[in-house]
Amino acid sequence: MTQYAALIYSHDGDWTSPEEAETTKMYAEFSENQAASIRGGAALHPTSTATVVKVEGGRGGDVLTTDGPFVEAREVLSGFYLIEADDLDSAVAIAAQIPGAWDGGVELRPVIQF
Amino acid sequence: MLATLIRTTGSMTVAEDAVQEAAISALEHWPRDGVPDNPRAWLTTVARRKAVDAIRREAARGDKEVRAMDLTNDPGDVPDSVVRDDELRLVFTCCHPALSLANQTTLSLTTLCGLSVADTARLMLTTEGAMARRLTRAKHKIAVAGIPYRIPPDAELPERLAAVATTVYLLFTAGVAGGDEPVRPQLCDEAIRLGRLLVELLPDESSLQGLLALMLLNDARRETRTNSAGELVLLADQDRSQWDATRIAEGAALVDGALRRSRHRAGRFELEAAIAACHATARTYDETDWTDIIALYDALLRLTPTAVVRLNRAVAVGERDGAAAGLDELDQLSGLERFHLWHACRAELLARLGRIEQAAAAYESALACTPPAADRRHIERRMAASR
Repeated sequence: MTQYAALIYSHDGDWTSPEEAETTKMYAEFSENQAASIRGGAALHPTSTATVVKVEGGRGGDVLTTDGPFVEAREVLSGFYLIEADDLDSAVAIAAQIPGAWDGGVELRPVIQF
Repeated sequence: MLATLIRTTGSMTVAEDAVQEAAISALEHWPRDGVPDNPRAWLTTVARRKAVDAIRREAARGDKEVRAMDLTNDPGDVPDSVVRDDELRLVFTCCHPALSLANQTTLSLTTLCGLSVADTARLMLTTEGAMARRLTRAKHKIAVAGIPYRIPPDAELPERLAAVATTVYLLFTAGVAGGDEPVRPQLCDEAIRLGRLLVELLPDESSLQGLLALMLLNDARRETRTNSAGELVLLADQDRSQWDATRIAEGAALVDGALRRSRHRAGRFELEAAIAACHATARTYDETDWTDIIALYDALLRLTPTAVVRLNRAVAVGERDGAAAGLDELDQLSGLERFHLWHACRAELLARLGRIEQAAAAYESALACTPPAADRRHIERRMAASR
């Protein structure tokens, strides 16, 4: 078994707003259907709420905070799941059910087990 | 042997190292003790033992699951059907869509064809160091991302097979690429070898027969495609007595089988191979069966409506129904203004119709599309000849 982070890149939506009710319902269905494989995850507030923190000049240097996401893009990191699957093919089959997969895409990254 | 070890060890790296160590061991023992009765079994047993050692060493370092037990219990002689499935698994791992095409071709050459890293680097026109790094990264991804080592379920098989066939064909076409790129006949040979392996492993797949046939039929004309000066020679002007009759016979037989098997569901490779067979089996250019070829292009257009297919069909119409009809077909195609071959084909037909001024203009337009060097020289020669 391998654990994968399924990083969801989609439109920059506010998942708490009524306009997104349809989408959040689809996510709820997905989570229920794949409960056996899901080990964790979170939906993220839109990038308008994001703050980037950087330390200039190495550890202990000046802390620089800026408004906005790390990278400006049309499709943004809007949530993630931690899923467990036998292999990449099984993980792909699960990721293809995540609503973000047809509203952008899902990046599957194997998780390091320390 | 390698394929089976990869399955039993679950690691491409462990298996490859073990096979290599077994070979070194053979070099030490055989000259001293004599070659064993069954060298293959000897090598397999030694490689398996080396793999067990390697896995135990690795297990001792961490708390990794110990898989060595499976290996020691495995009987020494593996039945052919198991070897066949192991090889097939390896094909699907090497050509997994989660790997880039460059990595798929690299893995195919090293793991399936057994080429050295140095040879693979030379064939893929890169340095040995870069090739070694690419291989390491690809194997790392297979291991870490959990790219499976198995034959896909039936539902996924057609799509995955298409991906495998495309990778093999890409290797083949990379081998024949002319112009500024060197022709790499060994790459064509390796692609054909892979094609044969695939047909052997999955004898019921018409697309794989089509793929092998297409490569054989194209390869049969290898020597005649360029002249001694390295310049392009058109199909009409090639010396057909120099074509490889054995390859053509094999390719044509495969096409027959593939078309019979696929019936009306013939795919891209079956159809392209059938077109290649029409050309390769015509005794002279004038005896080419253009009606058959046009019908095959029509079928191909329904599958892949690409500019090149439409262009080729128009050229075939020109051969069957005359230059005026061909030109008419060409002029009906839109969106090819930036494609040098469209202009060059128009120029040829215009020249045949005696419309020399228009032909010259079309040749100029072809050159303005900055074609590959070999094509450019060919167009310039045709242009000079048409005046």
